[in-house]
Amino acid sequence: MSVLAWVQNAPLTGLLLTLAAYRAALALSRRYHGHPLANTVLMGAVMVIAVLLLLGMDFQQYMKGAGFIQFLLGPVTVALAIPLYNNLGRLRKSGLPILLAIVIGSAAGVVTAVCAGLLFDMPRTMVLSLAPRSATTPIAMGVADVLGGIPALAATFVIVTGIIGAICAKPLIQLLRIHDDVVLGVATGVAAHGIGTARVFQLSETAGAFAGLAMGLTGLFTAILAPILVHYLL
Amino acid sequence: MIETFIWLLAYQFTGEVIARSLGWPVPGAVLGMLLLFITLCARRGVPHALRDNIPRLMTHMSLLFIPAGVGILAFWPMLSAHPLSLPILLVVATLSTFIITALVLQLGLWWQKRRRPV
Repeated sequence: MSVLAWVQNAPLTGLLLTLAAYRAALALSRRYHGHPLANTVLMGAVMVIAVLLLLGMDFQQYMKGAGFIQFLLGPVTVALAIPLYNNLGRLRKSGLPILLAIVIGSAAGVVTAVCAGLLFDMPRTMVLSLAPRSATTPIAMGVADVLGGIPALAATFVIVTGIIGAICAKPLIQLLRIHDDVVLGVATGVAAHGIGTARVFQLSETAGAFAGLAMGLTGLFTAILAPILVHYLL
Repeated sequence: MIETFIWLLAYQFTGEVIARSLGWPVPGAVLGMLLLFITLCARRGVPHALRDNIPRLMTHMSLLFIPAGVGILAFWPMLSAHPLSLPILLVVATLSTFIITALVLQLGLWWQKRRRPV
Protein backbone atom coordinates (compact mmCIF):
# COMPACT_ATOMS: atom_id res chain seq x y z
CA MET A 1 0.00 0.00 0.00
CA SER A 2 2.79 2.41 0.92
CA VAL A 3 4.39 1.63 -2.44
CA LEU A 4 1.25 2.78 -4.25
CA ALA A 5 1.18 5.93 -2.12
CA TRP A 6 4.80 6.59 -3.07
CA VAL A 7 4.07 6.02 -6.76
CA GLN A 8 1.10 8.40 -6.60
CA ASN A 9 3.07 11.17 -4.92
CA ALA A 10 6.57 10.87 -6.41
CA PRO A 11 7.56 13.55 -8.96
CA LEU A 12 9.32 10.73 -10.80
CA THR A 13 5.97 9.17 -11.78
CA GLY A 14 4.59 12.20 -13.64
CA LEU A 15 7.92 12.86 -15.31
CA LEU A 16 8.50 9.29 -16.50
CA LEU A 17 4.86 8.87 -17.51
CA THR A 18 4.91 12.01 -19.68
CA LEU A 19 8.14 11.03 -21.44
CA ALA A 20 6.97 7.46 -22.01
CA ALA A 21 3.56 8.60 -23.31
CA TYR A 22 5.26 11.08 -25.68
CA ARG A 23 7.64 8.38 -26.96
CA ALA A 24 4.73 6.01 -27.58
CA ALA A 25 2.71 8.79 -29.28
CA LEU A 26 5.71 9.59 -31.47
CA ALA A 27 6.02 5.93 -32.49
CA LEU A 28 2.30 5.81 -33.36
CA SER A 29 2.55 9.08 -35.29
CA ARG A 30 5.48 7.68 -37.33
CA ARG A 31 3.64 4.40 -37.82
CA TYR A 32 0.80 6.35 -39.47
CA HIS A 33 3.26 8.56 -41.40
CA GLY A 34 2.42 11.71 -39.42
CA HIS A 35 -1.32 11.47 -40.10
CA PRO A 36 -2.94 14.64 -38.64
CA LEU A 37 -5.24 12.61 -36.35
CA ALA A 38 -2.20 10.81 -34.90
CA ASN A 39 -1.41 14.08 -33.08
CA THR A 40 1.36 13.62 -30.49
CA VAL A 41 -0.12 16.05 -27.92
CA LEU A 42 -3.59 14.49 -28.13
CA MET A 43 -2.44 10.86 -28.05
CA GLY A 44 0.17 11.55 -25.36
CA ALA A 45 -2.36 13.30 -23.12
CA VAL A 46 -4.96 10.54 -23.60
CA MET A 47 -2.39 7.88 -22.62
CA VAL A 48 -1.34 9.84 -19.54
CA ILE A 49 -4.98 10.37 -18.49
CA ALA A 50 -5.65 6.62 -18.83
CA VAL A 51 -2.69 5.73 -16.60
CA LEU A 52 -3.61 8.44 -14.04
CA LEU A 53 -7.15 7.04 -13.76
CA LEU A 54 -5.71 3.54 -13.43
CA LEU A 55 -3.33 4.57 -10.64
CA GLY A 56 -5.94 6.75 -8.94
CA MET A 57 -3.82 9.91 -9.29
CA ASP A 58 -5.24 13.43 -9.55
CA PHE A 59 -3.91 16.33 -11.63
CA GLN A 60 -2.00 17.92 -8.72
CA GLN A 61 -0.12 14.69 -8.01
CA TYR A 62 0.70 14.31 -11.71
CA MET A 63 2.00 17.88 -12.00
CA LYS A 64 4.60 17.32 -9.22
CA GLY A 65 6.67 15.66 -11.92
CA ALA A 66 5.10 16.94 -15.15
CA GLY A 67 5.65 20.50 -13.95
CA PHE A 68 9.34 20.13 -14.87
CA ILE A 69 8.39 19.42 -18.47
CA GLN A 70 5.85 22.24 -18.60
CA PHE A 71 8.50 24.60 -17.24
CA LEU A 72 10.57 24.07 -20.40
CA LEU A 73 7.86 25.81 -22.46
CA GLY A 74 9.43 29.13 -21.38
CA PRO A 75 12.97 28.59 -22.71
CA VAL A 76 11.65 26.83 -25.84
CA THR A 77 9.39 29.82 -26.59
CA VAL A 78 12.48 32.05 -26.35
CA ALA A 79 14.30 29.67 -28.72
CA LEU A 80 11.65 30.33 -31.41
CA ALA A 81 13.67 33.48 -32.17
CA ILE A 82 16.34 31.32 -33.85
CA PRO A 83 14.29 29.69 -36.66
CA LEU A 84 12.64 33.08 -37.13
CA TYR A 85 16.07 34.70 -37.58
CA ASN A 86 16.99 31.98 -40.09
CA ASN A 87 13.97 33.13 -42.14
CA LEU A 88 14.84 36.82 -41.88
CA GLY A 89 14.93 37.24 -45.67
CA ARG A 90 11.35 36.10 -46.13
CA LEU A 91 10.23 38.09 -43.07
CA ARG A 92 11.71 41.30 -44.55
CA LYS A 93 10.07 40.67 -47.93
CA SER A 94 6.58 39.77 -46.68
CA GLY A 95 6.54 41.56 -43.32
CA LEU A 96 3.60 43.85 -44.03
CA PRO A 97 1.11 41.24 -45.35
CA ILE A 98 2.13 38.93 -42.47
CA LEU A 99 1.48 41.64 -39.86
CA LEU A 100 -1.86 42.52 -41.47
CA ALA A 101 -2.93 38.84 -41.52
CA ILE A 102 -1.99 38.41 -37.85
CA VAL A 103 -3.97 41.51 -36.77
CA ILE A 104 -7.08 40.47 -38.75
CA GLY A 105 -6.67 36.84 -37.70
CA SER A 106 -6.42 37.80 -34.00
CA ALA A 107 -9.63 39.81 -34.30
CA ALA A 108 -11.30 36.93 -36.17
CA GLY A 109 -10.29 34.54 -33.37
CA VAL A 110 -12.20 36.63 -30.82
CA VAL A 111 -15.18 37.49 -33.06
CA THR A 112 -15.82 33.89 -34.25
CA ALA A 113 -15.79 32.51 -30.68
CA VAL A 114 -18.03 35.25 -29.24
CA CYS A 115 -20.54 35.09 -32.13
CA ALA A 116 -20.69 31.28 -31.99
CA GLY A 117 -21.15 31.46 -28.22
CA LEU A 118 -24.06 33.90 -28.61
CA LEU A 119 -25.54 31.74 -31.37
CA PHE A 120 -25.48 28.66 -29.11
CA ASP A 121 -26.98 30.77 -26.31
CA MET A 122 -24.15 30.05 -23.87
CA PRO A 123 -23.89 31.68 -20.45
CA ARG A 124 -22.14 35.06 -20.43
CA THR A 125 -19.15 33.90 -18.33
CA MET A 126 -18.63 31.01 -20.76
CA VAL A 127 -18.63 33.38 -23.78
CA LEU A 128 -16.18 35.73 -22.03
CA SER A 129 -13.89 32.78 -21.25
CA LEU A 130 -14.07 31.70 -24.90
CA ALA A 131 -13.12 35.12 -26.33
CA PRO A 132 -9.30 34.95 -25.83
CA ARG A 133 -8.96 31.24 -26.77
CA SER A 134 -6.57 31.86 -29.70
CA ALA A 135 -3.91 33.41 -27.44
CA THR A 136 -1.32 31.40 -25.49
CA THR A 137 -2.44 30.17 -22.05
CA PRO A 138 -0.98 32.90 -19.78
CA ILE A 139 -2.35 35.72 -21.97
CA ALA A 140 -5.76 34.05 -22.38
CA MET A 141 -6.09 33.60 -18.62
CA GLY A 142 -5.21 37.24 -17.99
CA VAL A 143 -7.59 38.51 -20.68
CA ALA A 144 -10.45 36.27 -19.48
CA ASP A 145 -9.95 37.67 -15.98
CA VAL A 146 -10.13 41.28 -17.26
CA LEU A 147 -13.26 40.52 -19.32
CA GLY A 148 -15.08 38.85 -16.43
CA GLY A 149 -14.67 35.24 -17.55
CA ILE A 150 -13.14 32.30 -15.65
CA PRO A 151 -9.33 32.02 -16.19
CA ALA A 152 -9.15 28.25 -15.55
CA LEU A 153 -11.96 27.65 -18.07
CA ALA A 154 -10.21 29.92 -20.60
CA ALA A 155 -7.00 27.86 -20.19
CA THR A 156 -8.92 24.68 -21.06
CA PHE A 157 -10.47 26.30 -24.16
CA VAL A 158 -6.97 27.38 -25.24
CA ILE A 159 -5.69 23.79 -25.06
CA VAL A 160 -8.68 22.31 -26.92
CA THR A 161 -8.41 25.05 -29.57
CA GLY A 162 -4.70 24.27 -29.98
CA ILE A 163 -5.32 20.55 -30.46
CA ILE A 164 -8.12 21.17 -33.00
CA GLY A 165 -5.92 23.62 -34.92
CA ALA A 166 -2.92 21.28 -34.84
CA ILE A 167 -4.98 18.40 -36.23
CA CYS A 168 -6.65 20.49 -38.97
CA ALA A 169 -3.70 22.66 -40.10
CA LYS A 170 -2.35 20.35 -42.82
CA PRO A 171 -5.71 19.19 -44.26
CA LEU A 172 -7.00 22.79 -44.30
CA ILE A 173 -4.00 24.27 -46.11
CA GLN A 174 -4.27 21.47 -48.69
CA LEU A 175 -8.00 22.16 -49.04
CA LEU A 176 -7.23 25.84 -49.69
CA ARG A 177 -4.61 24.76 -52.27
CA ILE A 178 -1.94 26.98 -50.73
CA HIS A 179 1.63 25.71 -51.14
CA ASP A 180 3.47 28.22 -48.99
CA ASP A 181 5.01 27.23 -45.65
CA VAL A 182 4.83 30.86 -44.52
CA VAL A 183 1.03 30.96 -44.94
CA LEU A 184 0.70 27.56 -43.21
CA GLY A 185 2.85 28.80 -40.33
CA VAL A 186 1.14 32.15 -39.83
CA ALA A 187 -2.41 30.73 -40.02
CA THR A 188 -1.53 27.91 -37.60
CA GLY A 189 0.20 30.23 -35.15
CA VAL A 190 -2.79 32.61 -35.15
CA ALA A 191 -5.47 29.90 -34.86
CA ALA A 192 -3.68 27.33 -32.67
CA HIS A 193 -0.83 29.13 -30.76
CA GLY A 194 1.93 26.90 -29.33
CA ILE A 195 0.32 23.51 -29.89
CA GLY A 196 -0.15 24.41 -33.55
CA THR A 197 3.43 25.71 -33.68
CA ALA A 198 4.73 22.42 -32.25
CA ARG A 199 2.73 20.55 -34.91
CA VAL A 200 3.97 22.53 -37.92
CA PHE A 201 7.57 22.23 -36.69
CA GLN A 202 7.09 18.51 -37.47
CA LEU A 203 6.21 19.54 -41.06
CA SER A 204 8.68 22.34 -41.86
CA GLU A 205 11.12 24.58 -40.00
CA THR A 206 9.99 27.64 -41.97
CA ALA A 207 6.34 27.02 -41.07
CA GLY A 208 7.38 26.55 -37.43
CA ALA A 209 9.36 29.79 -37.42
CA PHE A 210 6.44 31.85 -38.72
CA ALA A 211 3.97 30.03 -36.47
CA GLY A 212 6.13 31.05 -33.50
CA LEU A 213 6.11 34.68 -34.62
CA ALA A 214 2.34 34.60 -35.26
CA MET A 215 1.75 32.98 -31.86
CA GLY A 216 3.65 35.73 -30.04
CA LEU A 217 1.96 38.60 -31.91
CA THR A 218 -1.52 37.02 -31.69
CA GLY A 219 -1.12 36.95 -27.91
CA LEU A 220 -0.24 40.63 -27.95
CA PHE A 221 -3.08 41.68 -30.31
CA THR A 222 -5.64 39.50 -28.51
CA ALA A 223 -4.78 41.23 -25.25
CA ILE A 224 -5.35 44.62 -26.92
CA LEU A 225 -8.31 43.78 -29.20
CA ALA A 226 -10.42 41.36 -27.12
CA PRO A 227 -11.71 43.92 -24.58
CA ILE A 228 -12.64 46.36 -27.41
CA LEU A 229 -14.34 43.71 -29.59
CA VAL A 230 -16.23 42.15 -26.68
CA HIS A 231 -17.48 45.60 -25.69
CA TYR A 232 -19.08 46.04 -29.13
CA LEU A 233 -20.34 42.47 -29.54
CA LEU A 234 -21.98 41.99 -26.14
CA MET B 1 24.24 22.38 -23.73
CA ILE B 2 24.82 24.39 -20.52
CA GLU B 3 25.48 27.55 -22.55
CA THR B 4 22.32 26.94 -24.60
CA PHE B 5 20.20 26.91 -21.46
CA ILE B 6 21.96 29.95 -19.99
CA TRP B 7 21.14 31.94 -23.15
CA LEU B 8 17.49 30.88 -23.20
CA LEU B 9 16.82 31.20 -19.47
CA ALA B 10 18.59 34.57 -19.30
CA TYR B 11 16.38 35.98 -22.08
CA GLN B 12 13.24 34.54 -20.50
CA PHE B 13 14.28 36.02 -17.15
CA THR B 14 14.91 39.44 -18.71
CA GLY B 15 11.56 39.24 -20.51
CA GLU B 16 9.75 38.35 -17.28
CA VAL B 17 11.38 41.20 -15.36
CA ILE B 18 10.58 43.78 -18.08
CA ALA B 19 6.97 42.59 -18.55
CA ARG B 20 6.34 42.63 -14.80
CA SER B 21 7.96 45.97 -14.09
CA LEU B 22 6.06 47.67 -16.93
CA GLY B 23 2.83 45.81 -16.16
CA TRP B 24 2.47 44.53 -19.76
CA PRO B 25 0.01 41.67 -20.36
CA VAL B 26 2.65 39.78 -22.44
CA PRO B 27 4.27 36.58 -21.05
CA GLY B 28 7.96 37.02 -20.26
CA ALA B 29 8.93 34.17 -22.60
CA VAL B 30 7.27 35.86 -25.61
CA LEU B 31 9.05 39.13 -24.79
CA GLY B 32 12.28 37.11 -24.35
CA MET B 33 11.78 35.66 -27.85
CA LEU B 34 11.47 39.17 -29.33
CA LEU B 35 14.55 40.35 -27.38
CA LEU B 36 16.61 37.37 -28.58
CA PHE B 37 15.43 37.99 -32.15
CA ILE B 38 16.54 41.64 -31.92
CA THR B 39 19.90 40.48 -30.47
CA LEU B 40 20.44 38.02 -33.35
CA CYS B 41 19.62 40.75 -35.89
CA ALA B 42 22.11 43.11 -34.22
CA ARG B 43 24.82 40.39 -34.03
CA ARG B 44 24.10 39.35 -37.63
CA GLY B 45 24.45 35.68 -36.71
CA VAL B 46 23.47 32.84 -34.37
CA PRO B 47 26.05 31.89 -31.67
CA HIS B 48 27.31 28.29 -31.67
CA ALA B 49 25.54 27.43 -28.41
CA LEU B 50 22.19 28.20 -30.03
CA ARG B 51 22.87 26.96 -33.58
CA ASP B 52 23.66 23.32 -32.82
CA ASN B 53 21.20 22.28 -30.11
CA ILE B 54 18.02 24.19 -30.94
CA PRO B 55 16.69 22.48 -34.13
CA ARG B 56 16.51 19.08 -32.39
CA LEU B 57 14.80 20.68 -29.41
CA MET B 58 12.10 22.28 -31.60
CA THR B 59 11.01 19.03 -33.26
CA HIS B 60 10.05 17.75 -29.78
CA MET B 61 8.08 20.85 -28.76
CA SER B 62 4.87 18.74 -28.65
CA LEU B 63 6.17 16.91 -25.58
CA LEU B 64 5.97 20.13 -23.56
CA PHE B 65 2.22 20.51 -24.19
CA ILE B 66 1.23 17.05 -22.91
CA PRO B 67 0.91 18.23 -19.25
CA ALA B 68 -1.41 21.06 -20.40
CA GLY B 69 -3.41 18.54 -22.45
CA VAL B 70 -3.79 16.36 -19.36
CA GLY B 71 -5.11 19.49 -17.61
CA ILE B 72 -8.38 19.01 -19.48
CA LEU B 73 -8.98 16.16 -16.99
CA ALA B 74 -9.11 18.67 -14.13
CA PHE B 75 -11.78 20.79 -15.87
CA TRP B 76 -13.81 17.95 -17.31
CA PRO B 77 -16.95 18.71 -15.22
CA MET B 78 -17.08 22.26 -16.62
CA LEU B 79 -16.59 21.09 -20.20
CA SER B 80 -19.12 18.28 -20.04
CA ALA B 81 -21.86 20.79 -19.12
CA HIS B 82 -22.20 21.48 -22.88
CA PRO B 83 -21.20 18.16 -24.43
CA LEU B 84 -22.35 18.94 -27.96
CA SER B 85 -22.41 22.70 -28.53
CA LEU B 86 -18.97 23.41 -27.02
CA PRO B 87 -16.95 21.08 -29.28
CA ILE B 88 -18.87 22.27 -32.35
CA LEU B 89 -18.28 25.89 -31.36
CA LEU B 90 -14.55 25.36 -30.82
CA VAL B 91 -14.09 23.50 -34.11
CA VAL B 92 -16.05 26.08 -36.14
CA ALA B 93 -14.31 29.07 -34.50
CA THR B 94 -10.81 27.58 -34.83
CA LEU B 95 -11.22 26.52 -38.46
CA SER B 96 -12.71 29.86 -39.51
CA THR B 97 -9.89 31.74 -37.74
CA PHE B 98 -7.35 29.61 -39.62
CA ILE B 99 -9.07 30.09 -43.00
CA ILE B 100 -9.54 33.87 -42.55
CA THR B 101 -5.87 34.33 -41.61
CA ALA B 102 -4.60 32.15 -44.46
CA LEU B 103 -6.76 33.92 -47.08
CA VAL B 104 -5.89 37.44 -45.86
CA LEU B 105 -2.18 36.58 -46.00
CA GLN B 106 -2.47 34.93 -49.41
CA LEU B 107 -4.33 37.98 -50.71
CA GLY B 108 -1.72 40.33 -49.20
CA LEU B 109 1.17 38.38 -50.72
CA TRP B 110 -0.56 38.31 -54.12
CA TRP B 111 -1.23 42.04 -53.97
CA GLN B 112 2.39 42.76 -52.98
CA LYS B 113 3.72 40.59 -55.80
CA ARG B 114 1.53 42.39 -58.34
CA ARG B 115 2.71 45.82 -57.19
CA ARG B 116 6.38 44.83 -56.98
CA PRO B 117 7.07 42.11 -59.56
CA VAL B 118 10.27 40.20 -58.79
